[in-house]
Amino acid sequence: MDLYEYQGRDLFERHGLPVLAGGVANTPEEARAIAERLGGRVVVKAQVKVGGRGKAGGVKLAEGADETVARATDILGMDIKGHTVHKVMITVTADVAEEYYFSYLLDRANRTFLCIASVAGGMDIEQVAAETPDKVVKAPIDAVKGVDEAKAREIVTAAGFPAEVADQVVDVAVALWQAFVAEDATLIEVNPLAKTGDGKLLLLDAKVTLDENAGFRHPDHEALVDQAAVDPLEQAAKEKDLNYVKLDGEVGIIGNGAGLVMSTLDVVAYAGERHGGVKPANFLDIGGGASAAVMANGLEIVLSDPSVRSVFVNVFGGITACDEVANGIVQALALLEQRGEKVTKPLVVRLDGNNAEAGRAILDGANNPLVQRVDTMDGAAERAAELAAAGV
Amino acid sequence: MAIWLTKDSKVIVQGMTGSEGSKHTRRMLAAGTNVVGGTNPRKAGQTVDFDGTALPVFATVADAMAQTGADVTVIFVPPQFTKAAVIEAIDAEIPLAVVITEGVPVHDTAAFWAYNVAKGERTRIIGPNCPGIASPGASNAGIIPADITGTGRIGLVSKSGTLTYQMMYELRDIGFSTCVGIGGDPIIGTTHIDALAAFEADPDTDAIVMIGEIGGDAEERAADFIKANVTKPVVGYIAGFTAPPGKTMGHAGAIISGSAGTAEAKKEALEAVGVKVGKTPTETAKLMREIMSAG
Repeated sequence: MDLYEYQGRDLFERHGLPVLAGGVANTPEEARAIAERLGGRVVVKAQVKVGGRGKAGGVKLAEGADETVARATDILGMDIKGHTVHKVMITVTADVAEEYYFSYLLDRANRTFLCIASVAGGMDIEQVAAETPDKVVKAPIDAVKGVDEAKAREIVTAAGFPAEVADQVVDVAVALWQAFVAEDATLIEVNPLAKTGDGKLLLLDAKVTLDENAGFRHPDHEALVDQAAVDPLEQAAKEKDLNYVKLDGEVGIIGNGAGLVMSTLDVVAYAGERHGGVKPANFLDIGGGASAAVMANGLEIVLSDPSVRSVFVNVFGGITACDEVANGIVQALALLEQRGEKVTKPLVVRLDGNNAEAGRAILDGANNPLVQRVDTMDGAAERAAELAAAGV
Repeated sequence: MAIWLTKDSKVIVQGMTGSEGSKHTRRMLAAGTNVVGGTNPRKAGQTVDFDGTALPVFATVADAMAQTGADVTVIFVPPQFTKAAVIEAIDAEIPLAVVITEGVPVHDTAAFWAYNVAKGERTRIIGPNCPGIASPGASNAGIIPADITGTGRIGLVSKSGTLTYQMMYELRDIGFSTCVGIGGDPIIGTTHIDALAAFEADPDTDAIVMIGEIGGDAEERAADFIKANVTKPVVGYIAGFTAPPGKTMGHAGAIISGSAGTAEAKKEALEAVGVKVGKTPTETAKLMREIMSAG
């Protein structure tokens, strides 16, 4: 889960790291209250999970409460690279003398964590690394030993931080690592880590990603999810423990196993190239060992998406039993019918593996004119794309 | 023969008394796997009956190894306890630990991996979040259905469980030496490269299917490895060409970050070193079929 900057700032503050005083506002009036509390000059920053907001006009200075309200009014509702701004963060301003870069992140290739540090902060670190690689230090972190003062000093020295801030950067590096571990983060990026005119360090931006797998030991992380930004279908799926991602095509997809479902999206997109450019409408993994009820829940979600014109159910039964899947399809269609929700979208079903024969027999026996059985994955994808194109 | 798991492997199950663990212990036994026991400190000394096979429960992996000579452990414990279970297996120096559990925090995986490295990597870890390893006709450690395919001379390594099954099914008439599901998490123990190296060295494997997916650069690194080290034919498949950037596609590791981890880049890297990459699982199977029939 990616956090908004203000959530990252709060997280830093909770872990005793130096950040600017501030608050977050959903409305111009809330912005006024924060500006009055802070007093004087403030910076109003759009809260979006995408880079380049400064260039897009999403970061403005304001003097006093009235001007803060005006700037907040300008920025709230703004569209930045397809992200609508629903919140602004307001902080006091800082007298920045120098800008550095500091991050911890997951290093998949080396199966550990990495610290990236540079005295050339404030800009895109990938650009700095490409143009002046000697200005960027990448230090692997042992996941068991972590970052103690000695390790932090090693990094600070290698990156060439100026002597007058070195001790402070060491403290920040250790505290940030502790926050990184305590919060189960997979990314903490501070850019810039600033030195003020009077020689103090400040963490001026926060890019934080938290590991959703670690949710069981962080009940507080649930509150960081921005409910307003969650797609309603994704929310409905989540409530039913389904792994669903909304996409922007027309062919609804249901499958078992993340890899097979990803593959199904691809195969449908290829088929769509021959059928009016139709694309997959969603990713939905019903998981291993799915029961009829899980299948029915999944089908209900996919059919409730108004952009879906046909549905492709692609199951290879490993643990999942195909007869359960077939029963789920039959039950879901009957249930929707009972509720008076007439199903008109065609379903293409491909079943292989565990109990496939039984599953096929159930579908054939139900003899629902909306359900078509196709024996191969590629053939079924072709048929689903064709039906979606015809349903335009 | 096969890689890492053979008919002589003696398998224990950590979490054998739990619902997933007992279900799959039964399936592994039915597949002919030599399961010799399980662990659960609270039920040590008891035995559990699996359709007529009574398996002993030991307190620890070390006890189980001492009593049975076990050399493989399959771990089914919930995510909260996975790190402790793997560390116990590493401390016991069991040669192979297969971690089936899905949803393990990545800090926990990083920690047990670092611990394994510090201990000299005496334990091969497969997973987490994987279907396990199957050597058809010989042994099955994990949840891969045993009846899809028989013994043959293709080696298979895959990040995805169901794509593993799909590929085994497509090529079931030719058969496999070993199928390894390495898992879809951002940090995993055994990599594509480890499996490629083992298949290259295995006299009973003639060709290799490698299945990857979006996220990270494991497939690109595997391509470099193939170029330098693999002489056997390799056929590849990558899932996720149409996945949007920034969205996690089911597997915690399956996410395109910025421009990194795309399916296109992985396909290009593999093709650049002579690996034929299929557009769909079926087309990939066809490419392998051509190689095997050309003999």
